[in-house]
Amino acid sequence: MTTTSEVTAPAAAPARRRSRGVDAVPWWLRLVVAVGALYFVLPTLFVIPMSFSESTTFSFPPKGFSLDLYRNFFTDPVWLTSLRNSFFVAVVAALLATVVGTAAAVGLHNLTGRLARLARTVLMISIVTPGIVIAVVVYISFLKWHLVGTFAGYVLAHAAIGMPFVLVSVTSALSGFDSKLLRASASLGAPPLRTFARVTMPLISRGIATGAVFAFVTSFDEVVIALFLRSPTFQTLPVQMYNSVTFEVDPTIAATSSLVVSAVTVVCLVPLLLGSRRKNR
Amino acid sequence: MPATTAMPAVAPVLSKAGTQIRLTDVVKDYGLAVPAVDGVSLTIEPGEFMTLLGPSGSGKTTTLNLIAGFETLTSGHISFNGDDVSSLPPHKRNLGMLFQNYALFPHMTVAQNVAYPLRERKVPKAEISRRVAEVLELVQLPGRDDNVPSQLSGGQQQRVALARAIVFGPKALLLDEPLGALDRNLRGALQTEIQRIHREVGSTFVFVTHDQEEAMSLSDRIALFNMGRIEQVGSPETLYKAPETLFTARFLGDSNVFELDSAPGSTAVWQDRTWTVEPRTVSDRARSSSSAALVVRPEDVHIAGAADAVPPGASAAPATVADVQYLGSYRTVVLTYAGGVVGRARLDASETQLSLGQSVVAWWRVEQQRVVSR
Repeated sequence: MTTTSEVTAPAAAPARRRSRGVDAVPWWLRLVVAVGALYFVLPTLFVIPMSFSESTTFSFPPKGFSLDLYRNFFTDPVWLTSLRNSFFVAVVAALLATVVGTAAAVGLHNLTGRLARLARTVLMISIVTPGIVIAVVVYISFLKWHLVGTFAGYVLAHAAIGMPFVLVSVTSALSGFDSKLLRASASLGAPPLRTFARVTMPLISRGIATGAVFAFVTSFDEVVIALFLRSPTFQTLPVQMYNSVTFEVDPTIAATSSLVVSAVTVVCLVPLLLGSRRKNR
Repeated sequence: MPATTAMPAVAPVLSKAGTQIRLTDVVKDYGLAVPAVDGVSLTIEPGEFMTLLGPSGSGKTTTLNLIAGFETLTSGHISFNGDDVSSLPPHKRNLGMLFQNYALFPHMTVAQNVAYPLRERKVPKAEISRRVAEVLELVQLPGRDDNVPSQLSGGQQQRVALARAIVFGPKALLLDEPLGALDRNLRGALQTEIQRIHREVGSTFVFVTHDQEEAMSLSDRIALFNMGRIEQVGSPETLYKAPETLFTARFLGDSNVFELDSAPGSTAVWQDRTWTVEPRTVSDRARSSSSAALVVRPEDVHIAGAADAVPPGASAAPATVADVQYLGSYRTVVLTYAGGVVGRARLDASETQLSLGQSVVAWWRVEQQRVVSR
């Protein structure tokens, strides 16, 4: 914390150094970056014009311009219900993942032993486990526990896969956290939970927010586990999208995809914008 | 930093009566080869400025953390004014604490930092702003209420930390090397400040440092730590003039040390020299110890050109001049005694020139030597 404070006074020097760094990027590196970015974004760019098409089948380039597909989406109760399901599952799962992940990160922060390392690894394991493996395991255990096709089942499974993202972002936020502040707060009369609320949490809030966004997005577009857990009465948006192309070839999915892409983009940009505004202040 | 000529009249913010802090057979064992604190008993009197001094790893900081409640006791007791607080968590001990790196909350303004302990104690809003203004006046930092800590210099940050640590009227103030991160001039100014506030509020201060000069200039008493134990407790003058052990003599100031082969009686024998020893210059620990050393402070050592120039009755030892350092108001002469023992004499700058390699006789009065255990 003290290091950042010292930087604020001679702010001009680092800024100049940074701008010189930008100038030094060679043209070919910019080209590589542009090609890479295009490769990632291009499929998305195809789907957005298609969503405004007049035709009732998939076609590119789109024919004419209409909002029919969006009208379909917003009038069809099947689409709307699955959107609502996805949204609520993602919100609750993200909340749960954030609470558990933050608690784990704070708890593990000051531990260095072998057991703490082991715990950290175990908590991160779902990031590297293939989605299908998790899905099968979740399906088998949830069958036993009667959680398949329930709201609670989706929330639990999605919170579990979202939690490592919170753990990572909160852990990195804590690396800049001066643990002497905890002692200072205690000496001033604050019990541990009050200290967490008034000192720790405000100082790692960006890490928590970043983790929460990742957990939300992870749940919102998760499809493999959701396919296993789906029931006729409860399914999420990605499952409905999957159905719409495998069973009926409904071009409404173009509108749906565009909406999901925009929504996720906005959610991911919010912390970035908030962050830069705070930095400028 | 402004010199403190006019002292602002401010109501006491620390509890004026002061608190007695008593440590009884305190042990902290982390399971390493030796316990960090190994049986410390110490009574800090109400209103006293007590310094825990010692080299790093001597257990002084651990002892302070035990008083603060940040560490749990392995065994022993700690009491404040007779009440056992050994198992009380830190937030219930009601002690102010200053840290080396200030430990200000970076996301709060100066005023919010200082108000923190008052808000914790549910003090009414109007009362909070009155007391915050008052204490910022006391530490001579008014008008910076809305700054965040990163906009302040190190010295100003430590003043805010000091204000925050005393604003709620704690039982005592614990200071964990609070001046260690500051440069020399600033350290002097803040030393004066801490001393002034101690005088003004008369509360108990427990100060941890490894800097012997800082300890000497600030403290009522010093507890000198060595390897998890207290080597000696006493006023700065006692520790300097009447050290019990060689460790104390060496840690506080320079000494000419002559390690004796046998415990001294009425005479001390060192190599081929025999010196008269007055009983009152022998420390208690040396009397009961099997090995002893005779120490003489540099300012008590005189230099004569030849043995016949030494006054009768004084102790003398031949030496060669190894170095002469001119330090303005005085000179330090580095001497090599027999057997390669190195010592120092502090002479007036005006005294006769000595040349390097010259053979001289160092002498001192018998009442100015001290026999310590080693």
